[in-house]
Amino acid sequence: MSDLPLLSVRCLDVRFGALAAVDGVSFELWPGEVVAIVGESGSGKTTLLRAIHGFIPPTAGSILYRSDRFGEIELTRLDEPRRRLLARTEWGFVHQNPRDGLRLSYSAGANVGERLMAAGARHWGNIRAQALAWLDRVEIDVARIDDLPRTFSGGMQQRLQIARVLVTNPRLVLMDEPTGGLDVSVQARLLDMLRRLVADLGLSVIVVTHDLGVARLLAQRILVMQRGRVVEAGLTDQVLDDPQHPYSQLLVSSVLAA
Amino acid sequence: MSEPALLVEGLAKTFTLHLQGGVRLPVLRDVSLAVFPGECVALVGPSGAGKSTLLRALYGTYVPQAGRIRVRHHGSMVDLASADPRQILAIRRDTIGHVSQFLRVIPRVSARAIVAEPLIHRGESHQAALRAADAMLARLNLPQRLWHLPPATFSGGEQQRVNLARGFIVRYPIVLIDEPTASLDPVNADIALSLIEDARKTNAAIVGIFHDPAVRSRVATREFALAPIAEAA
Amino acid sequence: MNTTSYTFAYLDEQTKREIRRALLKALAIPGHQVPFASREMPLARGWGTGGMQVTAAVIGRNDVLKVIDQGADDTTNAVSIRQFFSRVAGVRTTTRTEEATLIQTRHRIPETPLRPGQIMVYQVPQPEPLWRLEPSRAETRRLHALAEYGIMHVKLYEDIAQHGRITLAYDYPVLVHGRYVMAPSPIPAFDNPKLHRSPAIHLFGAGREKRIYAVPPYTDVISLAFEDHPFRPWKAEAACALCGSTESYLDEILIDDRGTRRYICSDTDWCERRRTRGKTA
Repeated sequence: MSDLPLLSVRCLDVRFGALAAVDGVSFELWPGEVVAIVGESGSGKTTLLRAIHGFIPPTAGSILYRSDRFGEIELTRLDEPRRRLLARTEWGFVHQNPRDGLRLSYSAGANVGERLMAAGARHWGNIRAQALAWLDRVEIDVARIDDLPRTFSGGMQQRLQIARVLVTNPRLVLMDEPTGGLDVSVQARLLDMLRRLVADLGLSVIVVTHDLGVARLLAQRILVMQRGRVVEAGLTDQVLDDPQHPYSQLLVSSVLAA
Repeated sequence: MSEPALLVEGLAKTFTLHLQGGVRLPVLRDVSLAVFPGECVALVGPSGAGKSTLLRALYGTYVPQAGRIRVRHHGSMVDLASADPRQILAIRRDTIGHVSQFLRVIPRVSARAIVAEPLIHRGESHQAALRAADAMLARLNLPQRLWHLPPATFSGGEQQRVNLARGFIVRYPIVLIDEPTASLDPVNADIALSLIEDARKTNAAIVGIFHDPAVRSRVATREFALAPIAEAA
Repeated sequence: MNTTSYTFAYLDEQTKREIRRALLKALAIPGHQVPFASREMPLARGWGTGGMQVTAAVIGRNDVLKVIDQGADDTTNAVSIRQFFSRVAGVRTTTRTEEATLIQTRHRIPETPLRPGQIMVYQVPQPEPLWRLEPSRAETRRLHALAEYGIMHVKLYEDIAQHGRITLAYDYPVLVHGRYVMAPSPIPAFDNPKLHRSPAIHLFGAGREKRIYAVPPYTDVISLAFEDHPFRPWKAEAACALCGSTESYLDEILIDDRGTRRYICSDTDWCERRRTRGKTA
């Protein structure tokens, strides 16, 4: 473990008019760590994730990112070219709906290869080989490399999106309900795959989920959000087995078996 | 005698149930305990005395309201009660092992992978970790045909043996054990207890809950009594 | 027709000035698309109004104009545009590439090598090379601004995956001066190498899409490709049935009702000149 956090979020606010969607959130993400942000719909967890990635400009606060290439960067003041460069090299964003993260009218291979090409890869055979390796890694039959993702099942599309994001070896991956909308059996397969990939690649991950089971399986730490604020934070087993805040207790007690 | 591996001072734990109108359940009050390397301390007391609560507090899962849980970690004493999450994770990786009563199964992950995980976590190669896992599973008599299967469909006894294998695959200086033999037949219970004895003889400090008096008298070097707290105001 | 009722070259001076300003900016930023107002011309948009406006803005009384359509000087579109400028500007016209100072073209670059001082004007239906890949115009502008062209290679990747090679034969995207990806207009990929370090000025006008862009003389124009699938300008493996040329771009034509095919030079001037020099098939 490095002794400096990869990401330091300080007093982050995201306001939509009078609504404080994210209200004074602070936390740190360390290299190799998986943090889950849990809470109900409307708690602000997805907005927080999108603000960190730069999809939404924060109203106030600071997000410090330690880049391999550029050193310490204040993301709230980062110019767009560099933000986009980071987004397609050092970061990855996994959307809840794989259709938001894939190019549906391009083949699976092209979807995986796009980030490589965006990063400057110009050898077709190498791009192809990496796409094949990644399809295999996310358990998609390599014979389907030239098929369009719209012919894939929801679970396959989600695994394809993950391959597309991870192919450039990002350090920081943000996931928005990666298992949402999938059948339970498909979810289990995806979670197991994510667990392995995160461990093998040493990824730092922020995963937003309303599913405490997902948080238990993937995350070392949990942040509980309610109405834009982090009401409780701690180790996964601390928060799930000994929740302190009334809202955390409500969340934990509402789950059949977490 | 050597330095204690685990030093609990003035520990208090109260659960506040916000969903039941804020009812407060005091479970531990002013608990102090020192455990030395080579000791096996059995927590005893009636149901509700807080044995499991204490064990979970010692692992950092339950956050106490007062007191300290000092742990000898890489040569210095660290207070688990006030440690930050990353410190607690480092302590769990290298210093404190925990054999819970029930195995937490993970979909699609095989028994041997579950057992090997703590070693991989400490930087061991996958191959070496899996070899060690196989050796542990063999010692615990888990039929070899089960090693590659996810334990979700295993019997209680089989799951418990996977759990024990995972808990003892790393030689932790401190081991916390909750009812290791509850679902085991006499032969397998004997193997499990020999694991605990081996750990203690190699200088682990062990704290456990053993309901069976015969088991307790075989592995424990002393007992630590807990009593239920009278109703709080 | 009384030509005094028109300004020289049809457009009023103010409009020509605006177009020239856009052209100067386009030349200063090679390959970058510059917006312009695009006036109504006496023919429908999509029929070369962009090229005509550019020609009108740059033509002078001493220019010699050549107009080609798919390489031919004698097709309807080429003839009408040539007549138009000879009437509204009173300039000399020609079919000879080396005689022309200004060449308006639809979809070809002449085979005869261009020389310094010549100006090519291209009629462009779709100036945006990313248009089929990225639907949002705001986003394509951003991609150009940040030189994020990975998506362009996605299209080429796909072509190779499906056909084993890049099959794109027209409007093959190029990287201009190492910076902007540009649509060279629907010229055959065969003509792309003629743009690279060309001594002539190349001006592109898209009337319907209201964009002007340019390649100044001696500018690098590189066709996009992969290291292991390099750019290959394709042409029919045949010789011209009239002049016997094997190095020029050939059109395939049906000559009877039985489907008999022949190949002839698409550049009619080139073909004629060869034949007058005694070359035959």
